[in-house]
Amino acid sequence: MTERVPVLKIGDVLLVSIQVDLEDQTVLDLQDDLAARIVATGASGVVIDITAVEIVDSFVGRMLATTAAISRMLDAETVVVGMRPAVAITLVELGLSLGGVRTALTLEKGLDMLARPDSRPPAKP
Amino acid sequence: MTGMREGVTSVAEQEISTRLVELLTQQRESLGAAWLENVSATLRGRISVAELDRELRELYSALVDGLRTGGFDWQGDSYAEVRALLGELSRNRARQGFSPTETAVSVLAGKEILEPTTETSAEDIQAYLRLSRLMDALGLYTLEVYAKTREEIISAQSEQLMELSTPVVKLWEGVVAVPLVGTLDSARTQVVMEKLLQTLVDTGSDQAIIDITGVPAVDTEVAQHLLKTVVAARLMGAECTISGIRPQIAQTIVALGIQFGDIVTKATLADALKHALRRNSVDLGRAGGAA
Repeated sequence: MTERVPVLKIGDVLLVSIQVDLEDQTVLDLQDDLAARIVATGASGVVIDITAVEIVDSFVGRMLATTAAISRMLDAETVVVGMRPAVAITLVELGLSLGGVRTALTLEKGLDMLARPDSRPPAKP
Repeated sequence: MTGMREGVTSVAEQEISTRLVELLTQQRESLGAAWLENVSATLRGRISVAELDRELRELYSALVDGLRTGGFDWQGDSYAEVRALLGELSRNRARQGFSPTETAVSVLAGKEILEPTTETSAEDIQAYLRLSRLMDALGLYTLEVYAKTREEIISAQSEQLMELSTPVVKLWEGVVAVPLVGTLDSARTQVVMEKLLQTLVDTGSDQAIIDITGVPAVDTEVAQHLLKTVVAARLMGAECTISGIRPQIAQTIVALGIQFGDIVTKATLADALKHALRRNSVDLGRAGGAA
């Protein structure tokens, strides 16, 4: 049994703060949990905080994009916040630009972005 | 047998060096003056005669001392003083921008002062030849130090350049810029990228401007590096604008078929700053103070 990442609800936004090393199974579990929670709560936004994540591989990178796509299908805008420079460089070198995922520097800015949904277009590939 | 030969040689050498010491000591003033004249003629007044005189005087006496105690073994302990003086002379010349020839001539001109004439005895000619070999070796040593000093200067400069070339400046609250100057290669771009991204985190800025006014040429590789930086900044939640694109560079980029996609590019840093501020919804009408 691997650790599960908690999904917290703040108003109509779901907050996922990843504090553990991301294993493939953890990410898959998170996807299930998150999709279920969005439907259960009718949330309009999801913030994924990866401030504590120091290492990513191509699988995790792709899953971030997939998770964002799933959330969007369920009408919840996803923002990834707190990506470290080293992680960003790794993802770029891996050729992953997380098309369609919105990003923000800090959790605060991410929540702010969800409050003003049309302030900025999402990053394109 | 060999031992005896060596013994003979060293005895002969000793005689020669004794003779040389004698010659050099007897005519110290006139020979020193001739040496000074030879050298100052080639340096054409780019170094003061007084300074040159001091340098050569020190070298002259060190050389005589070396000959007296150490014979012709210029790598030995007796020549430590000579080597130190030559090293200093050569380093000074390299720093002052003298050419290798102008540096070596200070030493090699020392040969001519004892140049044999028709009246010179056979022993003295032999002594002269031996001295000239010694001076050649010392000349080569001087050049070696000269080259080493130049290399040190070059590597120090390139290090300074690397440090100088990647400043990340804060232009406004929430806006940082990197003015890039000089040719971009992979190593430099990596440094720039890391520094820019780290500054975004440290200052909490979400607008970045990369100014390439000082980049002489943009090829596909450089463009690739720039695009990577922009995408990495986006992944972190910051918007990146590229500014300072000169007309020729715009033409090159289009001719190379490089696609910048939806990356915002501006002609000048001022335009890029205006754009960044507008995105941050700063009211430019009240732009007197910091936003």
